Amino acid sequence: MQVRVQEAAFDAGAELNAFTTRVDGAGAVVSFSGIVRDREGGLRHMQVEHYPGMTEKALAAIAGEAVARWHLADALVIHRYGDLAVGAPIMMVATAARHRGDAFAAAEFLMDYLKSRAPFWKKEITSHGAEWVAARDADEAALGRWTS
Amino acid sequence: MDVIYFAWVRERIGLPREVVETRAVTVADLVDELRAREERYAVAFEDVSALRVALDQELATFDAPLAGVREVAFFPPMTGG
Repeated sequence: MQVRVQEAAFDAGAELNAFTTRVDGAGAVVSFSGIVRDREGGLRHMQVEHYPGMTEKALAAIAGEAVARWHLADALVIHRYGDLAVGAPIMMVATAARHRGDAFAAAEFLMDYLKSRAPFWKKEITSHGAEWVAARDADEAALGRWTS
Repeated sequence: MDVIYFAWVRERIGLPREVVETRAVTVADLVDELRAREERYAVAFEDVSALRVALDQELATFDAPLAGVREVAFFPPMTGG
């Protein structure tokens, strides 16, 4: 299991290849990449703030839960902070399991939890000012499907 | 104890962190003390339902006790991913 919180950009393709090589024999690898998106036009860049110390712990706890629950061969979480350009990778997760069902479910679980339970905050710097991205009720509600 | 603020809570208060001497028993008591200090704290803590709190880097609730806690962090709901 690998969790990385970093300011530097990363190459999602190279990360996925390295992950896939490392989990040789898993049978199924699923990955998700999040990209900085200009939602309403005029986005200059995205600022991502985080809580050093808690971020790493929260991500490791979430990844550990995914590994245990779906018997993963391995899991990877990378999340950036700092100033991110439109179109830049912001985060990725990858999961490896014997079968695809577990790999897909674990990747969705990781995404749902790191959206609402890892201490990151996004701020959009646009041509008409700066605004914190509001949390969506739908993201919080998405956690419910993993607790029933 | 160390009190840390993130995102718009940090911006409204105008500080990333500070050391607070308090006898507050719970998080809610600490919030009441901070609110009473100055307008900028009152504004930041106006609606605690819009805030989250972590005690020693673990998410907690506003009725949680502060005994033994060294670091309290206040922030808006998280927006990772």
